[in-house]
Amino acid sequence: MTANDLSALMPLIVLAGSAVLIMLLIAMKFSHRSIQISSLMLFVLSFLAVFQLQKPLPYFIDPLFVIDDFSTFMTGLIIFSSLIVNIISYLYFEGKEESPKEYYVLLFLCTLGGCVLTVSNHFISLFLGLEVLTVGLYALIAYLRARYHNIEAGIKYLVLAAFSSAFLLFGMALIYFQLGTMNFSAMTVKLATVPSLPPLFLTGFGLMLIGIGFKLAVVPFHMWTADVYQGAPTPVTAFIATVSKGGVFAVLIRFFMAIDGFRFQALMLVLIAIAIASMIIGNLLALQQKNIKRLLAYSSIAHLGYLLVAFIPGNAMSIPAISFYLAAYFATTLTAFGIITILSGKENDMENINNYKALFWDHPVLACIFSTALLSLAGIPLTAGFIGKFYILSAGIKTGFWVLALVLVLSSVLGLYYYLRIITTLFSGQQSPSSQEKKVQPVFYLISSIVLSVLTLLILWVGIYPSGLMQLIEHFQIR
Amino acid sequence: MILVWLIGLLMGGGLLAFLVGQWNKTLPRWISLYTLIIGIIALISFWIEHYEAINIGSMEPWLIDFQQDWIPSFGISFHLAIDGLSLLLLILTFFLGILAILCSWKEITEHHGFYHFNLLWILAGISGVFMAMDLFLFYFFWEIMLIPMYFLIGIWGSKNREYAAYKFFIFTQASGLLMFISILALYFTHAQSTGRYTFDYFALLGTVMAPQTAFWLMMGFMIAFAVKLPLVPFHTWLPDAHSEAPTAGSLILAGLLLKTGAYGILRFVLPLFPEVAKTFAPWAMLLGVIGIIYGAILAFSQTDLKRLIAYTSVSHMGFVILGIFAFNELALQGVVMQLLTHAISTGALFIMAGMLKERLHTRQLDEMGGLWFQMPKMGAIAVLFAMAALGLPGLGNFVAEFLILLGAFKSSVWLTVPATIGLIFSAIYSLRMIQKVFLGPIPETAPISDFSWREVFIMAVLTISIIWLGLYPQPIINTARPMINQIEHLFPTEFKNQTIK
Repeated sequence: MTANDLSALMPLIVLAGSAVLIMLLIAMKFSHRSIQISSLMLFVLSFLAVFQLQKPLPYFIDPLFVIDDFSTFMTGLIIFSSLIVNIISYLYFEGKEESPKEYYVLLFLCTLGGCVLTVSNHFISLFLGLEVLTVGLYALIAYLRARYHNIEAGIKYLVLAAFSSAFLLFGMALIYFQLGTMNFSAMTVKLATVPSLPPLFLTGFGLMLIGIGFKLAVVPFHMWTADVYQGAPTPVTAFIATVSKGGVFAVLIRFFMAIDGFRFQALMLVLIAIAIASMIIGNLLALQQKNIKRLLAYSSIAHLGYLLVAFIPGNAMSIPAISFYLAAYFATTLTAFGIITILSGKENDMENINNYKALFWDHPVLACIFSTALLSLAGIPLTAGFIGKFYILSAGIKTGFWVLALVLVLSSVLGLYYYLRIITTLFSGQQSPSSQEKKVQPVFYLISSIVLSVLTLLILWVGIYPSGLMQLIEHFQIR
Repeated sequence: MILVWLIGLLMGGGLLAFLVGQWNKTLPRWISLYTLIIGIIALISFWIEHYEAINIGSMEPWLIDFQQDWIPSFGISFHLAIDGLSLLLLILTFFLGILAILCSWKEITEHHGFYHFNLLWILAGISGVFMAMDLFLFYFFWEIMLIPMYFLIGIWGSKNREYAAYKFFIFTQASGLLMFISILALYFTHAQSTGRYTFDYFALLGTVMAPQTAFWLMMGFMIAFAVKLPLVPFHTWLPDAHSEAPTAGSLILAGLLLKTGAYGILRFVLPLFPEVAKTFAPWAMLLGVIGIIYGAILAFSQTDLKRLIAYTSVSHMGFVILGIFAFNELALQGVVMQLLTHAISTGALFIMAGMLKERLHTRQLDEMGGLWFQMPKMGAIAVLFAMAALGLPGLGNFVAEFLILLGAFKSSVWLTVPATIGLIFSAIYSLRMIQKVFLGPIPETAPISDFSWREVFIMAVLTISIIWLGLYPQPIINTARPMINQIEHLFPTEFKNQTIK
């Protein structure tokens, strides 16, 4: 390893080191607050490390990693999301029955796993990253282990994730057997001359798709989502919705671009079917949910479907569109879950839709933030979600995928219905007279509110003036 | 620059009203009122300033133009411009805005700040729609007006408000998204043939495309506008939204939101897809005629006053479609007149329905009757506007409907005849409304007060405008002429042949 390699991998190294450091701090019996603050500093440090990456990119660290614009962007996005999750976690875990300190170690490890996924260029690094992420999540999801829903969610996730990893491994083995390499770049060379896919490769890829489909929770591999979203502690849910899905999606793109899967019609048909099914079924299932976490779980299925609409055409606009949409989606999802976290009490999460009645008259600022996040998820102008949807539709229509564009539009009308339902709830009812209860942690409550307000302003800013972000991502290409 | 200021003024005024509303209950409405008054003064002085130029009849329809890059990588610019038609509709927007504030002066009892925020942002969205000359920007404003309207119906509406608000939002949003797909497709089609990626209206005019493509793209636009207008199979959201909305909401819905549909057809569908519009015209006119008659019949059979007025809108908007797709100057001038007069006459009726609701707490016709004796002033004004709605000469609606029928007769005799029968129907439902509300036996109720001074002022302004439009519509016709001439040039040969026949 040369000095250049080290500097290129610096964000990952900082994350790995932070996990160890925090473990040491815990051993020295520091308080929750000091551990939270030091982990916040370390997240900031690793986020800054993303910016010191030297050009020229792409930079290959053979055979495992490749660092290019897209991976840097995704790494930054993932670390940023973890940073936000870290901030809102204090409020959530302080005062809960479990000691919250080890939580931060796991958070660093999961983030590391997500970042490894974005830079991996090889089956081994893909699998290692995925397992670091997933194993950390098993513990995070079941963190409040005395609670019924947490344990249920943890076990469900454990069984299904292990199961899907097995599929993934078997698929990789078959592909390796056919091509004799596990490096993406080497696969590109081997497949370049093949007119049609070899059957073993196709089988292997199918198995891999099942594994990845489980992690992304696209239809028909979505069954676990709602239960896990509901059961996990809310900051962890936010983490699953952003980091875990973003990382896996990034590696899926890289792999697919490497084998240039767009040439093969059978593969595309499968993906198109998955995209359409995810958009329609995700939105349909969300319609009747009374629990906000479950509702957001189903809506995340639909959003993954939207992302596939940008991905399937595989044209010059795809990667920028996906990057933009992911950025908007991350900010929005974090904001929404952040609000749920802030409002949650010691015993129960604020997850029932009826709890949100008259929120606008009781907490106008929080309600405005929440409405903005929901409107952005619904893709209404003035928010980042609208520009994101515009980008995705452009990518789809540019190559003439009319059916996908139409399904996207019609299913997002369905989506609108349930987002509006929440917003209507926020505004319905009367102000409760005794709304001024004392906050247990006024300082962290204030900090979390400010962070979420800043995120909201970011969503609005990107929605009104997207040129800045667009210029950054416009030329992202893989290879 | 005045255009940007107008939108900024509305949005800023809305935000200010919202913030002030946290502390004070009366200040938000004064802020909104002053905001709108400043706007309308600016617009009217602009009109007077440019009236000379308009009167000379110069062929250049565009009065003012403002362009600035917004998202350059997609060729999206912040491009605003207005011609005579936009100017008239903008003045109408601010005019009805003031009346909306005035008529909700007493009606709104809670959350004043947020209410006025929504009201001003709807107006900002509508103004933006009338000015935007970039298709992306147009869609942007098109959507911006929906959310506050949704809140207006959903929070301050009457009993069944949530259902009505959902229905309104989902109908308009779904159709709007279809239009958005069309806009994107047009963008890429244009780029394929010229290599230039732009959403600019003037650049996209005259895009070359296959008739098949053009047809589907036009349908995308047409559906969005037909839902807003509303054209007959797409009208079902309208009675619910109108009847459940607060008075100001109904006023803005009927007076302005419906007009954006007609404006969209005039501004986008006809100039962008002239060939397909020509082949589609008979069907559109047929739907228009069906709308006229069907709306009138439904209006006649309603028992709810606001629903009755809502269905008259369906009927009147049928005339608009009929006139637009007749493609000649007479009919198009009639359409512009109809947009203005319908806004005023139906707006007045909605305001009166709102006043009755404040006093009687009901919208049911069966529970009213004999009100003339208790409120003669309102009765007289109601008769005036009912006469306006049925097209009595001397009032604005007569000019509008007469011109439309005259123009439509030139292009299709067989569709104009049943449309004319619609006028008779409109007489029937208008008179039934007056009969049910103001005449008939006197119920034994507590005394009801007649107009207050604020209400007299609102009605006086509306009355003067409708009579002015009926007696001296020439300024309107002059102002709209350059734009209408341009549209007429797009469809030259067709009616020459037909007039010879």
